[in-house]
Amino acid sequence: MRFGSKKAKSMVLSTALVVVSFILKEAAAAGHAAAGPAATLAMLATAAVAGFPIFKKAFGALRYKVVGIDALVTIAVIGAIAIGEFWEAAAVTYLFSLGDYLESRTIEKTRSSIKALLDLAPDKVRVRRGGQDLEIGPEAVLVGDVVVVKPGEKIGVDGIVLEGSGYVNQATISGESLPVHRAEGGEVFSGTILESGYLLVEAKRVGEDTTFARILHMVEEAQDRKAKTQKFLESFSRWYTPAIVAASALLFAFSRDIELALTLLVIACPGALVISAPVAIVAGIGNGAKRGFLVKGGDIMEKLGSIKAIAFDKTGTLTAGAPEVRQVRSFAGAEDEALKIAAAGEGYSEHPLAKAILAEAASRGMAAEPAAAEIIPGRGVAFAYGGKDCLVGSRSLLADKGIALSADQESEVAREESRGRTVVLVVAGGAVLGFIAIADAARPEAAAEILALRKLGIRRIVMLTGDNPRAAQAVAQELGIDEVRAGLLPQGKVEALESLKAAYGRVAMVGDGVNDAPALAAADLGIAMGGAGSDVAMETADVVLVSADLSRLSYGLGLSRATVRVMKQNIYFALGVAGLLLAGVLVKAVNLSFGMLVHEASVLLVILNAVRLLKYGHKSTLQGRRQVQWPTAAQPAP
Amino acid sequence: MTTKPYQLETVSCPSCIAKIEGMLKRTEGVAGSQVSFATSKVKVNFDEAKIGSDQIRERIVRLGYAVLGEK
Repeated sequence: MRFGSKKAKSMVLSTALVVVSFILKEAAAAGHAAAGPAATLAMLATAAVAGFPIFKKAFGALRYKVVGIDALVTIAVIGAIAIGEFWEAAAVTYLFSLGDYLESRTIEKTRSSIKALLDLAPDKVRVRRGGQDLEIGPEAVLVGDVVVVKPGEKIGVDGIVLEGSGYVNQATISGESLPVHRAEGGEVFSGTILESGYLLVEAKRVGEDTTFARILHMVEEAQDRKAKTQKFLESFSRWYTPAIVAASALLFAFSRDIELALTLLVIACPGALVISAPVAIVAGIGNGAKRGFLVKGGDIMEKLGSIKAIAFDKTGTLTAGAPEVRQVRSFAGAEDEALKIAAAGEGYSEHPLAKAILAEAASRGMAAEPAAAEIIPGRGVAFAYGGKDCLVGSRSLLADKGIALSADQESEVAREESRGRTVVLVVAGGAVLGFIAIADAARPEAAAEILALRKLGIRRIVMLTGDNPRAAQAVAQELGIDEVRAGLLPQGKVEALESLKAAYGRVAMVGDGVNDAPALAAADLGIAMGGAGSDVAMETADVVLVSADLSRLSYGLGLSRATVRVMKQNIYFALGVAGLLLAGVLVKAVNLSFGMLVHEASVLLVILNAVRLLKYGHKSTLQGRRQVQWPTAAQPAP
Repeated sequence: MTTKPYQLETVSCPSCIAKIEGMLKRTEGVAGSQVSFATSKVKVNFDEAKIGSDQIRERIVRLGYAVLGEK
């Protein structure tokens, strides 16, 4: 056991003492005169053993003028001894420390998910320095070091493969449970596992800078980012404890009943209340992190549960983001000419459509020299090629430059678009040469996911895209999306979100996190997909889906609602118990030790209620849905 | 100024956090501190010229919270 061997020993000793005390007390009550003093002794011993850590904390805190629950219990115990209620003193200290012991054991459980992640962190790295292989801690690795990875081992750095090849399980970073092949020049991440093969990796990012370390850091910070409810409860408890001390003093002044005043002191500890929200948040965020749904804080959990509308980016989010050229149409000249010009113009572009064009050109064996092109954001590129001014891009690019399509061209383009394809037009020297029709298939899970979100009560599902209206409409229809706003530039997406917010209330935006950063920031809640590897996504988004799997969304939405529900249950329960106890004390139905018993039991129940959240999303609750599996630390090499 | 995280034994109540932070706030040489309930870690920002890491540890322990390690 990591903690508490000392605590555990003290617990065993005080349990034995409290049992002896009880037997002697009963014996004394039954008329064995000799048992009386022995009982008193045993009770005082119990109070001393069980109470020592409490008193220590109380006095330690008092020195810094902080009054906590330990101080309240200490006052109560001293008071009980002063009035000769030794059994009460023993019982109260015993129950309080037993409660504290059990609570820290159970609370540890709510944190188990994050611990499971921490265990995946690499603990040693084999570096090759001066021809020798040394095993060192991951924090001692330097950027530029050559790291040697053998099968079954964890990769300890983010870097580039210098030599060798193998299959890497990257579930920690990408959420993808199938291993990927990596060879010379390939990128590998810390926290992933080399399942087979052998790699020499040049370290690019080490220690705390690696993607994996940043995910861990993010989750840790998230669990401490407080929910609104939690902040309220904390400010509440700040004046509550002193107020109770004052109330007890007043009660004593008026009633002259010290036992009553002491009981009030003990039962009024807001233990269950202050812990009600944080335990739920820790368990909820931990559960999400384990399943590739990273939520950045308790406040985000609360917001997530109350989302009314969701806006999706199309390319790369609803679709796989790997577009393919389906048709090259040439109005004038050879078919290949239009493709060649397009490939030249898009040569340096990172846009997914550009990649599709380049891939098609390569597959036809064309090697176009990339031209220095001017990028017109959201529209296309302009460049010079073969002595002519060329344009490659959307219909709106042509309209901007005053180039019109003929009626025949227009109807051909429209037909392609209504089939869900994106049309890239190619213009050279003012004449429309042809177009390239590119299709990007919807993700297989998208339609089912939209339905699941609707079942969860999302009122409006909208697609925001820079693509043309017809292509967007075709995808939207296939997936059952309510509304399409197409042809949007990045700024247009931000404006669209503002109007959605006005119309529907809380709106979430789901995007790939790279091109959609402004939109993710503009929404009430930004959700970046497959973004764990991207710095921008991790910083701008409120929620990061580790894998590019849309089904995480409905799971996460359900999880956030369950978390908020547990939080509310806990708060109402804690308030209810406090109210009942208070009433019980005032009518003298509750004494010191019984009050403490109920109080500690309520704290324990609140924690156990939060532990239930760890089970959310297990196979039984998500019918047969594919789970993102973080790899286990001890994965055997195949 | 340096910042150091200390791993504590499981902190089981959020009010303990207020206590530890309150104590550190009144400690000479400590500019700021942050206690994490989720991970039971304390991050302390302090002036090494005025107070040593060992003294900070000792103060936390004296308050009744075992320090399991520095990270």
